[in-house]
Amino acid sequence: MTEKLRFRDPKLAKRVAEKIRQLVPKQETVKICHVCGTHEWTIMHHGLRSLLPKNLKVIAGPGCPVCIVPASEIDETVQLALKGVTVTCFGDLLRVPGSKMSLLAAKTQGADVRIVYSISDAVSMAKNEPKKDFVFFAVGFETTAPSTAVEVLNRPPENLRFLISHRLIPPAMKLLVEMEDLNLNGFIAPGHASTIIGLRPYEIFPKRYGMPVVVAGFEPLDVLFALYMILKQLKEGEPRLENEYVRAVHWEGNVKAQESMQKVFNVADGNWRGLGSIPKSKLTLRRKYGDYDAHSEYAIRVAEGVDLQPGCQCHLVVIGKIMPSECPLFMKECTPQKPVGACMVSSEGTCRIWTKTINRKRQP
Amino acid sequence: MCLAIPAKIMSIENDKAKVDFGENVLREINIALVSAKVGDYVLVHAGYAIQVMDEKEAQETLQLWNEILKTESSPSQRQ
Repeated sequence: MTEKLRFRDPKLAKRVAEKIRQLVPKQETVKICHVCGTHEWTIMHHGLRSLLPKNLKVIAGPGCPVCIVPASEIDETVQLALKGVTVTCFGDLLRVPGSKMSLLAAKTQGADVRIVYSISDAVSMAKNEPKKDFVFFAVGFETTAPSTAVEVLNRPPENLRFLISHRLIPPAMKLLVEMEDLNLNGFIAPGHASTIIGLRPYEIFPKRYGMPVVVAGFEPLDVLFALYMILKQLKEGEPRLENEYVRAVHWEGNVKAQESMQKVFNVADGNWRGLGSIPKSKLTLRRKYGDYDAHSEYAIRVAEGVDLQPGCQCHLVVIGKIMPSECPLFMKECTPQKPVGACMVSSEGTCRIWTKTINRKRQP
Repeated sequence: MCLAIPAKIMSIENDKAKVDFGENVLREINIALVSAKVGDYVLVHAGYAIQVMDEKEAQETLQLWNEILKTESSPSQRQ
């Protein structure tokens, strides 16, 4: 399948961009928010903002799961690692700042912190080294949570426990839409999280808030068409929920994955870095699987974490209130080599994505 | 981190499948979350297939877009 080429046709992109220009009212600013780091990557990598009229603002919401892990949960994992537990996690978590130290800093102090590509790697490690205690730091949105659920249901070895830090996207979108000074006009909903949850969780946005929502894929034409669809809804004055990513997202989502998640997780209120507590936005392990819960089994006590280091504006970047370049630390004190804020760490973080494009522009 | 890449299923053994990400990169993934068969394209995220891709829908999406762009007049003319 040559999906990439087909969904990157520049001629078609130019035609969609022209339609977009026709639909944006000349005198108004239209603000459309996406909530996925991969959408921001697509927009920056392909220079899509340069195709859009200046009064159409496409902003990045809290769509990077690594960026919104609160410092307290990093602190808890760091303490477990320093206590001698082997911590396994995805690579982009390693340098996320905790209140005092990152997992990478703990590793340099001798802690056993291992990067895995998949949760199944953590299961294999625990099987191969039965005398060691392992923890998998389970971070991610609805796209990632089902894989954790599968492994918990498979009853992994007892020397593997889980620090569940999964978060849910629709409650964060609700937070954004209710922020009076953000003035959003529409949402591009995340395609891959939506393969799991389907469309139903977004129904509330057009119904209750009059907010158009279009679920979109990750090729440049997907994003441009999603913008076009939202603008058309605004023009017609009929906000609704639409699916642009029909090749991967179905109305009901992935029912198998949803059932696995329901068996394993409860939904609770959860802190998001820099955003505070969002109701019903965090997954926790059900009591039935309590033996696997590193949070309750190790009962590490951590103080309220320091989410933002002095000067860091990540809390404004993750809700699209400022662009990374408006942060005084961006590419000065805060760089990919030495990140101050979490948005500069992950390849899905808005600041990190912006540095890549800026670096590319600077090349002759 | 919500990155997911399409891959073609080459063989299946219980919950595990060997998939081709293109360019002859083969990797074992877990397919417990989907109902897929050999030859299907699946979206793979962190070692797990999260959905089966619909090739027919992909083709139809592109056709639909072309039709919309071809037939639709500019918004000012339309109203």
